[in-house]
Amino acid sequence: MGDFTMPSLGADMEEGTVNQWLVKPGDEVHRGDIVAVVETEKSTIEIEVFENGVVDELVVEEGETVPVGTVIARLTSETTAATVHSPVLRHLAEQLHVDLSSVTGSGVGGTVTRADVERAGAARVEGAPPGTRPVPQRRGQRHRKAAERATGRTRSSPYARRLASQLGIDVAAVQGSGPGGSVVEADVRRAAAEPAGTGGPMAASVEAAGEVAASSQVGDKQAAMRQAVGALMARSKREIPHYYLSTTIDVAAAVTWLERANLERPVTSRLVLPALLVKATARAVAKVPEMNGFFVDDEFRPSAAVHVGVAISLRSGGVIAPAIHDVDTLALDDLMRALRDLVVRARSGVLRSSEMSDPTITVTNLGELGVESVFGVIYPPQVALVGFGQVGDRVVARDGMVGVRPCLTATLSADHRASDGHRGGRFLAEIDRLLQEPETL
Amino acid sequence: MTDDEARALIRTTLHQVAPDADLDAVEPGETLQEALDLDSIDFLNLVTGLCESTGFEIPERDYPQLSTLEGAVDYLTGLGSAG
Amino acid sequence: MSAATTPTTAITYREAMREAIREALVRDERVFLMGEDVGRYGGCYAVSLGLLEEFGPERIRDTPLSESAFVGAGIGAALGGMRPIVEIMTVNFSMLALDQIVNNAAALLYMSGGQFNVPLVIRMTTGAGRQVAAQHSHSLEAWYAHVPGLRVLSPATIDDARRMLWPSVCDPDPVIIFEHGQLYNARGELTEDPVTDITSAAIRRRGEDVTIVAFGGTLGPALEASEQLAAQGIEAEVIDLRSLRPLDSETFLASVGRTHRAVVVDEGWRTGSVSAEVAARITEEAFYDLDAPVTRVCSAEVPMPYAKHLEEAALPQPDKVVAAVRQLGG
Repeated sequence: MGDFTMPSLGADMEEGTVNQWLVKPGDEVHRGDIVAVVETEKSTIEIEVFENGVVDELVVEEGETVPVGTVIARLTSETTAATVHSPVLRHLAEQLHVDLSSVTGSGVGGTVTRADVERAGAARVEGAPPGTRPVPQRRGQRHRKAAERATGRTRSSPYARRLASQLGIDVAAVQGSGPGGSVVEADVRRAAAEPAGTGGPMAASVEAAGEVAASSQVGDKQAAMRQAVGALMARSKREIPHYYLSTTIDVAAAVTWLERANLERPVTSRLVLPALLVKATARAVAKVPEMNGFFVDDEFRPSAAVHVGVAISLRSGGVIAPAIHDVDTLALDDLMRALRDLVVRARSGVLRSSEMSDPTITVTNLGELGVESVFGVIYPPQVALVGFGQVGDRVVARDGMVGVRPCLTATLSADHRASDGHRGGRFLAEIDRLLQEPETL
Repeated sequence: MTDDEARALIRTTLHQVAPDADLDAVEPGETLQEALDLDSIDFLNLVTGLCESTGFEIPERDYPQLSTLEGAVDYLTGLGSAG
Repeated sequence: MSAATTPTTAITYREAMREAIREALVRDERVFLMGEDVGRYGGCYAVSLGLLEEFGPERIRDTPLSESAFVGAGIGAALGGMRPIVEIMTVNFSMLALDQIVNNAAALLYMSGGQFNVPLVIRMTTGAGRQVAAQHSHSLEAWYAHVPGLRVLSPATIDDARRMLWPSVCDPDPVIIFEHGQLYNARGELTEDPVTDITSAAIRRRGEDVTIVAFGGTLGPALEASEQLAAQGIEAEVIDLRSLRPLDSETFLASVGRTHRAVVVDEGWRTGSVSAEVAARITEEAFYDLDAPVTRVCSAEVPMPYAKHLEEAALPQPDKVVAAVRQLGG
């Protein structure tokens, strides 16, 4: 199994160029490893692999441009860990002490069948020294634990597995808290909230990829980027019935809290206002879920996860909006780290595939460049974009007194097919409310 | 730190933070943030880079002194002597 | 809804059912009530008390003690253009009429190539809790819910007792209504909402942590359990199935999609029960939404004991529901 195809790294991507392979045939790869650097019209992106296996063949050579979906490499699956086996199969494997990840599937699409497990079980017994022949046991806590140790398999609920695959979490690496030590929803959400591991075997490749990006033909790239942004925005304006709302938010509490917080912090862990704005937006989604998700196949599909696309303008022209994952549950410090990391990598043109393809809502912060308010264009298939303008002192009447307070204008562009203005207003009000309590963000 | 060293350090750090920014385009007296389109995160990354290279902690209240290229050079050259 | 804008009346489940029968008798002259002791005695559970005096012996008819005969007579009357409501004293006794119900009432429309429908309503008491032991206490709803051609309803609230009968009388095909014996004395407010369908399940309590599916006599214990759980910080969503055939799976599947955990509470025996059907459908259609195995709380697999403490021990009680939910973890 394992055709590795040119991924779609955004609704507007039609083709990509394999700039560089970071693996060669025979290399072992693990889920999440960066295996290639792909250049699109908009950016240079590190491509992650989503299963464990061994690289069989690189089908597309470096420098070649192919449409999305084209097979660019073939992998031999070392395990079928990404596959969800049926409960019956798992139970059988447990009884026969067979490690499912080591079974080669003979079913449709390489799926493991009952016969495969029985064959593996029989082979295991034949190969075992005399007296160690395993006896199928009744289900039970002790047996279950033993089986887990023997097979290294993790018990997990179907929903936990589905959620984990959506969030890019490896269930086997999650500590289970459910019955019998099984991994349940809460465990996966907890794991998703933890900061992503840094480095890894492929970390060194980031620099190499940066070189590749720098050496590419800058002029062509800019023109292509302009075209890509244009195509996507034209599609958005053609298809999405936008509505726009704006409100003025008093950010005195947020600014004061930040100043105080930063006094105690070394420069490496200081916070900036955009982090609070992004966090407040992500949290507000809980109250108004119609803002978060995708409009596809004529219907709005809300997303349980909140992946905030952060619009980053490139000085060379163009704009990209890579995602920070699960912002609603991310601690502020982790969010800040993610934000800094993302901005630097966006600037140097190296982003990861998972960051490009799945933002569920976007925040744009043009205000830092001096504009008072920004009414943005929604990134299809998302349904909302929140804009924050420049922070400036404004004359405000409050409790019958006139005062001067730092304020900003927050705007919402939202898809009328997914929500109405009333809900949009509620959303902005919730962002405002959250920003008045920065310590809770 | 000499004037030239400080200038070179700012240039290197800036290149790491925002490889697409052109320091030569900055006019004297112009603020870095405006001239180079640095947002608050870029700026924080710049300050962090400078702190890491010099070993000095730059408090937030000193940020305004770093807003222009000249100001930043003066600030960096003065770091050791003031301390 | 406040009492000021929507006047409400506190009545018993028994009175609600009587009002429903009276409404049917008044609205349609083809309607009559027939069964053991429904006339002079006023019904074994006093549901029809006073109706004989009001409507006369033509329309409130006492029958001999032969379920097969009077259900068969009801089917004949329905075929002849009447709209009979037949009362069977308990579901245990309905076994004697099973042939008439399954082989005739449910099948005639199909056997006649669509020529003869059977607009018959059969009401029967179900359930335990009154110390009437193993021949008067069982919950055999699942047997009827198994049969195509029947509509099987399980009103669990005062409103449903009052409002499910008339649409059943209007239904062109046979409808079986299960009245849980423990509910007759339940008192509650009748709301003004006049719309009651006989097809959908209802969400009786909103919650996001676990879905508890119940019907008829188990709605009460399920709601009581959900209050205890709320005190422990677990918000349960309680679904009242209302219609056991056809089964409105959409409502409970959607709920499981939100809560990811399900406990099904059924006074029937676990094996081959309505709860088995619900659990199977959740596993078939919402497997990847489940964060824990579907769990069931049913009656012990014994003929219902007479002794009070044994009967209580055999039935799904709120504490068993609470324990089942707690066991799901998360």
